[in-house]
Order: sequence, then C-alpha cells, then structure tokens
Amino acid sequence: MTDKQKKVLYRIIATALLYAVLLVMEHIVKPAFMEQWYVTLVLFLIPYFVIGWDIMYKAVRNISHGQVFDENFLMLIATIGAFVVGEYSEGVAVMLFYQVGELFQSYAVNRSRQSITQLMDICPEYANLEEDGKVSQVDPDDVEVGSIIVVKPGERVPLDGIVIEGESMVDTSSLTGESVPRRVAKDSEIISGCVNGSGLLRVKTTKEFDDSTVTRILELVENASSKKAKAENFITKFAKYYTPVVVIGALLLAVIPPIIFGGNFFDWLQRACIFLVISCPCALVISVPLSFFGGIGAASASGILVKGGNYLEVAADLDTIVFDKTGTLTKGEFEVNELLTADGVSEAELLEAAAYAENFSDHPIAASIKRAFAKEGNEIAAERISDVKEVAGHGIRILLDGAEVFAGNEKLLSDNSIAAVPTEKPGTVVYVAKSGSYMGCVIISDTIKPEARQAIKSLKQAGVKQTVMLTGDRKKAGEAVAKELGIDTVYTQLLPADKVAKVEELLAQHTDGKGKVAFVGDGINDAPVLSRADIGIAMGSMGSDAAIEAADIVLMDDDTTKIAKVVTIARKTLVIVRQNIVFALAVKAFILILGAFGLANMWEAVFADVGVSVIAILNAMRMLRVK
Amino acid sequence: MKKKFKLQDLDCANCAAKMEDAIKKIDGVQDATVSFMTQKMTIEADDARFDDIMKEVVSVCKKVEPDCVILM
Repeated sequence: MTDKQKKVLYRIIATALLYAVLLVMEHIVKPAFMEQWYVTLVLFLIPYFVIGWDIMYKAVRNISHGQVFDENFLMLIATIGAFVVGEYSEGVAVMLFYQVGELFQSYAVNRSRQSITQLMDICPEYANLEEDGKVSQVDPDDVEVGSIIVVKPGERVPLDGIVIEGESMVDTSSLTGESVPRRVAKDSEIISGCVNGSGLLRVKTTKEFDDSTVTRILELVENASSKKAKAENFITKFAKYYTPVVVIGALLLAVIPPIIFGGNFFDWLQRACIFLVISCPCALVISVPLSFFGGIGAASASGILVKGGNYLEVAADLDTIVFDKTGTLTKGEFEVNELLTADGVSEAELLEAAAYAENFSDHPIAASIKRAFAKEGNEIAAERISDVKEVAGHGIRILLDGAEVFAGNEKLLSDNSIAAVPTEKPGTVVYVAKSGSYMGCVIISDTIKPEARQAIKSLKQAGVKQTVMLTGDRKKAGEAVAKELGIDTVYTQLLPADKVAKVEELLAQHTDGKGKVAFVGDGINDAPVLSRADIGIAMGSMGSDAAIEAADIVLMDDDTTKIAKVVTIARKTLVIVRQNIVFALAVKAFILILGAFGLANMWEAVFADVGVSVIAILNAMRMLRVK
Repeated sequence: MKKKFKLQDLDCANCAAKMEDAIKKIDGVQDATVSFMTQKMTIEADDARFDDIMKEVVSVCKKVEPDCVILM
C-alpha cells in the first residue's frame, strides 16, 4: 500500500470505531441527551467529517474549476441528502462504505498495474562499463558503441553486443517467452533485456542504448496503451453522457413525483440520492482499458508484442491468415534435398560436378550445393576449373579438368543439344551434364520450420477458417510445401508487388466487417503488405526493423505457433471486456430501477458504484492467468 | 514533436479520459493520450510552441484533476 492509501485506511478504521460507538449509544445505551435530534446530528457529523473531509474539499475545489458532475460532488450531495432526510447513520455509513470501496479499488488497480508492468519490465538500470581495466557502473544511455561492458551473473544485459569472453546460459524469457535458457560463449551475439545466468560475460557493445533491442521493445509496449480499442473509446464516450443523464434523472425524481403524486418529499429525495451515487462512471471507465492492458501484458509474457488494444480487438475476429512462405513457414535456407542421377553416374560424381560448376557463384542455390559437397568431406580444388562462363538466366558452363560441364535449367542443356530427363519433383532443380552427356539433377528446397505444421494446426483449432500461403516459388514447390503444412490456399510465382494485390483481394472478400485478415511475414520486402492487412504480424528476431515498425503484432522468437496464442488471448480479452461492460451496466441499470421505485437503499447504490468496479477489476486480472 | 511524460497520482480512470479530452482541445496540440494504466501522457504538438503548449497542458490538467502531477 502507498502512504496515501495507508492514511485512508487509518481514517476508515477510526471512523468505523466512532460509528460503532455511536450506534451502540443510539440503539442500546440510549442516553437522555441523544433524544434531542440536533445532538445526534452533531455526534454523527464527527465521524462524517473524519471520513469525508477530503471528499468535501475536492467537491468544492472541483466545482470551482467547473467540474460539475464530479464523483466527489455526487457523493457529497447524496450523503448530505441522507442527513437532510434524518438518516444520520446512513449518511455516515455510505460515505464510509464509499471510501472502503475506493481504497480497495485503488489498491486493486495498483496491484494489477504492477503485476502487468512486471511482465513487461525488461529495462536495465545500469551497465558495468570497463575502462582502462576498471569497471564502473554507468547509465546504459552513456555507453558508446564498441565499449566493453561486464555482465555479472544474474544481471540484465543492458546493451546489444557480442560476447568477447566468458560463457553462460542466458534467460531470454522476458523477451521471447522462451523458458529454456540460451547458451552463449565467445563470439555469440547477445541481446539486451536478457538475464545472465551463472557465468561472467565480457561484452563488446554493438548498439547504442536508444537502438538496442530492449529500448525498441519498451517503446512498442509503452505506446501500446495509447492505441485505444473501439470498446475503450465507446466506454469513455458513453461515460460522458451517462453521468449527466443520471444526474438529471435524479433531479427529476426529486422534484416531479412529489408534485404529481404528492407524498413524502424526503422519500423521493432519498431515491434521487441513490441515483447520484450510481451515476459515477468509474467502474465502466476503469475496467475496459484494464482488461486490454491485461491482454497486452499476457501476450508480452509469452513473447508476443501487441502494439495496441485495438489490435487485440481485430485479432479476436481473425478468420483468414496469410503467410509469406520464405522465412516464416520455412527457414529461408536452401538445402540440397535429393540427387537424381542418370544411369551409370554416382551421386558423388553428380554432386562434385555441380559443386565445381557453382563454385564461383554467390547465389543461395549455389551455396547450398557447395555446402552439401563440403558436408561429404570434400574440398574444391580451384585449379581444376578453367574457362567459367555464366549463361544469364540459365546457368553456368565450366571446364573441369578440361571436360565441359553444364549446370543450370533444362533449357541450358537442350540449347547445347543434351537431353535432360525432366523431373516433376518440387523444389529448385539444377540439371547437370558433363562431356556432352546428362549426369542427373540436384533438387534443392527450402527447409520447413519444425513448428510450422503445428502452427497451422493450432490456428485451425483456434477457429481460424482459412490459411493462405504466398510465395514467389514455382507452382510445384509452393504447392508441395502448402500440402505438407496443411495450408488451404496457396498462390505461387508471385512478385513482391503481387503479394499486396493478393492480400487486397482477400481483404475485399471480407468487407462485411466480419472476419479479419492477418498477414504474417519476416519482413524482407513485406512492410507494405504488413501495413495493408487488417493485422500485420512480423517476426521479431529475424525480421527487419522496417517490418517490425510496420507490423501490429511482433513475435519475438519467430515462433509461428504463437499466432494461435495471440488469437486465444485476444478472444479471451474481448470476452472479459464484454463481461465487464454488460455486468457493470446491468447492475447499474437494475439498481437504478429499484431505486426509482424505492426498493433499493444507499448500500446497494454504493455497491453498484465501487463494488462493481472492484469485481470488474478482479475479472480483468484473469487475463494474466491465460496460459 | 512527440513527448512522453510521467504522471503521479492519477487516481481515476474517468479523470484520465477527461484530461485527454481537454488537452486535445488546446490549440497546437495534434494528438494527446493519457494512459491511466501506464500513468503516462504522450503529447504531440508544434515544435516551436511546445513549451507554451505544455504550460497550458499543466493548467488544464490542474483544472480537471488537481491531485495529478505531471513530472517533467
């Protein structure tokens, strides 16, 4: 509890004691002097002032500032009303109960704020800068690129850098939600925000604090609460009208029925006071942003950065998810998958010819062939190669030990009157021929990420209707990947610009407002598509800065199974938001009606105000338990 | 220019909404958000008049929620 809260608590206790004494005197002891009404009034005014002086002060002050429908003022009027109608003890009790509720509410909000921000608390406080052999603690902001910092066991890594000495396991869970620690040793890259395990590390910084991972993430998270969801805007707007309407209702209730029906003026005044107490909008205004905040907190605890409550709202409605293939569903690394040899040629011979042919090329396809060759324990002897000639768009021709070798597409071989045996296998195919005869072909494909299949499956389980894959690959290759992953629709042979067009096409199918379209990409050439889709989801560690900037949701550890998790969290958040709105409105409406007919008392009114807030807050906190 | 400020003793969510509304109405303020959850305020306003605008922001906030202090 804060000091401020403690003071209120003491006042509550003091008032409760005084109040109890007065009640005992009024109902049990019944001393003679309490038969005078003014004595009782004065006696009850003592605890009333103890508990309510700040409310009175604030009410007067805020009115002088032009804040008419202020919570404090409403409570003041309501309790004064109780005194006017002669219900002294009720006047004190309502004020007391209101303060208890307010205290509990502010305590609950503080607690929940703390537990949510703790999830997002990754900011390093200091860096141990090593200069001339001496280590001193400095502000991470003051460390220049290329400085040496020391990260002791248990400390948070303050800046991005490269380990130059030491070995340790680092805990990246606050960044990625990944609970298995990562091993780092000399030359490993290390990102800020991780917590060092048991080893001492010396790190050479590669980025300034402002550009480091931790600052960028904090920036995103802090901005998240400023992007408001529709439900949030609705509720603040609603509150603006709600309070004046109920207050006017209270006025009418106090004036009109007594004139029309006659009857007891005090009775109607009391009903009006009940209206005033219920007219406070705080339960509504507090519970909605708190629920969204909880949702964002729950997401970031699992390594998912959601850039605003509005995106959670959209994510709950996702029915189509479009994936970019390379780098998202696949690793973006090419690997030799298969060697199809012609009769009389061994796989080793084929691979050797291909590797030599591709030796001088930097293309990822060439690199994968060379890698496969090296993996077999071979080495390229460059002196065996002569007369390299690149045939643009088709392949390469070299002389290997004087024999002519072709490596490239089918056309390259047929142009040189060599008959290749075309294959229908998916992937990129490199045909190889030596000394005029066909040797076979090398099939290269991108490797699918191990978790991709599960990611698609869990999305289906989460209720996403359609999964789509976009790729620049050949039809065969793309379709094979889609089939293996269980993706519904695949569009192949797309240029980067076509991807935007395809996403727009899908968006056009969802113009009825129901069902939203998300695009998931790793960021290379994806930024325009990411911002075009209803929700752009980017890969955090692999993606480019531009993509993270353009995306609405960032997966810190590139784990695509987290997409289903975001959808689940978003849906849960929205359920809680709706529960809170409906619950608060229903209770308030119910007590208003009861109050108008004289069936509700002040206690129920205070419950409809602060009690409802507290329940809504507790409900919102359930977000933190989403696993 | 966009600037972020911490808020102290922002105790009521409805006041945060009222503050935000009032700040947005100040001349020269392009956008403003007051986050009850993070107890932070973001203000986007004209560079040249930023200091003057901030003075106005402070006085507006004092009117709406006198207990809340803007930490500069």
